[in-house]
Amino acid sequence: MSYELLRVIWWALLGILLIAFAVTDGFDLGSAALLPYVARNDIERRQVINTIGPVWEGNQVWFVLGGGAIFAAWPALYAASFSGFYLAMFAVLTALIFRPLSIVYRSKLANPRWRSWWDWTFFVTGVVPSLIFGVAFGNLFLGVPFGFDAELRFHSEITLLSLLRPFPLLSGLVSLAMLMLHGATWLSCKTDGPVTTRAKAAIPVLAGAFLVLFVISGIWLLALDGYVITSPPAHDTASNPLLKTVILEPRGWLMNAGLHPTLWLAPLLALSGAFAAILARNRPVLAFLGSAAACAATIATAGFALFPFLLPSSSEPNASLTVWDASSSKLTLEIMLGAVLIFLPLILAYTAWVYRVMRGPVQARDFSGDPGAY
Amino acid sequence: MDIVLLSRLQFAVTALYHFLFVPLTLGLSLLLVITECVFVMTGRTIWRDITKFWGTLFGINFAMGVATGITMEFQFGTNWAYYAHYVGDVFGAPLAIEGLMAFFLEATLVGLFFFGWERLSKVGHLVVTAGVALGSNLSALWILIANGWMQFPVGAIFNPDTMRMEVSDFMVVLFNPVAQAKFVHTVAAGYVTGSVFVLAVSALYLLQNRHRALALRSMTVAASFGLASALCVIVLGDESGYTASVNQKMKIAAIEAMWNTEPAPASFTVIGIPDLKDRKTNYAVEIPWLLGLITTRSLDRQVPGIDDLVKLADTRIRRGLIAYDALAKLRSDRGNANLRAQLDEHVGDLGYALLLKRFRPDIEHASKADIANAAQSTIPNVPVLFWSFRLMVACGFWLVLLFATAFYFSATRRLARYRWFLMAAVASLPLPWLAAELGWVVAEYGRQPWVIEGVLPTSLGVSSTSADNVLFSLLGFVLFYSGLAVADLYLMVKYVRLGPDQTIGHPVAGPRDLVAA
Repeated sequence: MSYELLRVIWWALLGILLIAFAVTDGFDLGSAALLPYVARNDIERRQVINTIGPVWEGNQVWFVLGGGAIFAAWPALYAASFSGFYLAMFAVLTALIFRPLSIVYRSKLANPRWRSWWDWTFFVTGVVPSLIFGVAFGNLFLGVPFGFDAELRFHSEITLLSLLRPFPLLSGLVSLAMLMLHGATWLSCKTDGPVTTRAKAAIPVLAGAFLVLFVISGIWLLALDGYVITSPPAHDTASNPLLKTVILEPRGWLMNAGLHPTLWLAPLLALSGAFAAILARNRPVLAFLGSAAACAATIATAGFALFPFLLPSSSEPNASLTVWDASSSKLTLEIMLGAVLIFLPLILAYTAWVYRVMRGPVQARDFSGDPGAY
Repeated sequence: MDIVLLSRLQFAVTALYHFLFVPLTLGLSLLLVITECVFVMTGRTIWRDITKFWGTLFGINFAMGVATGITMEFQFGTNWAYYAHYVGDVFGAPLAIEGLMAFFLEATLVGLFFFGWERLSKVGHLVVTAGVALGSNLSALWILIANGWMQFPVGAIFNPDTMRMEVSDFMVVLFNPVAQAKFVHTVAAGYVTGSVFVLAVSALYLLQNRHRALALRSMTVAASFGLASALCVIVLGDESGYTASVNQKMKIAAIEAMWNTEPAPASFTVIGIPDLKDRKTNYAVEIPWLLGLITTRSLDRQVPGIDDLVKLADTRIRRGLIAYDALAKLRSDRGNANLRAQLDEHVGDLGYALLLKRFRPDIEHASKADIANAAQSTIPNVPVLFWSFRLMVACGFWLVLLFATAFYFSATRRLARYRWFLMAAVASLPLPWLAAELGWVVAEYGRQPWVIEGVLPTSLGVSSTSADNVLFSLLGFVLFYSGLAVADLYLMVKYVRLGPDQTIGHPVAGPRDLVAA
């Protein structure tokens, strides 16, 4: 297998991991962000938390695995994005540290202040990462200021405030609306009673917000300059991001879709997924599939537009990280692909089994008598 | 403050903190498999209740392990960006495989451990519990393969085109002898931690004369499992010492505070006061031959002392400078075969030249004094290593003694008879954690000044982010972790106090206890 093909496969795998994270942990985050609205008393809050209780831990591993896969397959991207977005990453980490405990520790004590503290923690640690992931994606389209010295030491002028520009903030809202919609369809599948009623009522509002925000960011994207590689193609040479030339071009981010019109199916699917969620809101499983499709297709839309860029540099465009110059060695990509081919089917199999065992809505009697429940 | 110091402090704080939860997860998960196996085989419900009770405590601990482990995986990128770039091609792979093969398994199944009691068959639930234990242990395997490579970077070569280390033979990385020894040493230490935890809490119940049925049975399991594990820790600790003597001679010399090379076989200093100024160890109590036997497994091979190793480092720095010079010139003249040959000849010492970067940025102009300083900087902190190692080993031997006693009493059915023994078991509760943290200090602080032994100095590995950012996150971690430690301990103590009856929701009693009642 050629180095070029391996790099494209690993780009696709990175996308698949992000999509798997958004589709599974996305409803955990979304349910958390919906907690104050859908659940009004202790029983209802426990009902929401227990819908994700048995599965959130496995869902979150998609994120951890995403980090590991970037480290192994795209070490330059791992080094640049994680250290460049330092404080944003710290905020995400803080959320990921507190969220597990807000699920597991909350109902271990009956004290109302203890429970209320963890409920707010659960809510905040659902909202903050959902926003930050979107803001990070938005920044990819604008590029961030960074470069490398001759020994490939990364340096950047990125600050937390410089990431909070209008377009990325809009992307953050797209992400929040998308994951909250996904949370709402999940809860309408997995609960009963008043929680379901409220979750169903939220679906059209959230899907509507997602549709509007998604379309606005699409139009905004037309006005943005995109990054384009101008040096001759070198897709199978050693990974060194300093050996190419890159320029900014009006409508550069639409170039891939111009070359391959089938790529327009991705944004189309994102929009129709959200529409489907609205139309099918009384058939919860269909609505859930609709919001899952919206999550997957939104990430695919961004990925298709950015390809082959992974992290464009606004201050030194030539140092931008791309699929062709930020990967691991060919051997490492091969070994890791082998590991993925062996273990990914296994993961999907036992994950599906766990969801099957835990199928059906969560009702108050499921957890009120069980000291092990959350 | 200096960003290198801050980043190291943050790594140490988060790693040591994470490692308060990992050993208990490793040990308890396997103990849960054992107790649940007994339940499935005998059908006696008390063993299911025992599994559920320890499982609740396992859950409180597991959540903290997961929460703090995420920090570790992302910290290599946030705080050690040049490290991530320089070795990600090798080091990233085991971390990613850990996620694929191990962490996914344990995290996906752990939910069913708590929620699946009513939904799964007996055997089905046992399979889930076993899956969680298998996942945790495999997770440790891959993390230690990654860590083993930091101690003994085999199976990789430096690529001047990409300015980083790249995998040349993955099987060699996988079957790194350092990693294998460390894996068994570390997971066995986890089993000891789990066993001491079960032993101590059960002993407490026996002292208070509560929950005897659960306590006696739990103690019996912990005694035999703990004894086997504690012996394993010692044997594999010795193996770790032997593997370290192959490529981390400085670490061994520092642990021993051995300044001068002794004629083989060297003696082992049981205790003494290392004196840094005069470079000797005062009041040393020595056992002849022992060090030579442990580290070289021979009577004729020498164990080099610190002073000789510094001289060797001096030579290697000079050779490394030749490689560094060739590398710099190659950047403007990529095809030059002579330069490439010059680099290849000395590339094994390139890391030593990089040690100079701490003393001056333009290392090609390093003076004799700079080189001497850099060579001196290869000595880790001798007193800290000397004492950490001895304290760790003392904890280890004490725990062997404790478990041997427990095993004897359980075989002769006298576990509940002697208050002194029960009190000793309770008092030993903190020791496995102390030993595990000290073990981390010996292994990782003892690796300094290297982040990858002989390849990349720690001071070069950091990110180019601002020191203020790192100070901010460090303070944040200290603050959050302290708060969470309080919550975790509070819950643990609360649930131990509540005891199994209330934790599970019904009284726990064995068949014989029922007859007696």
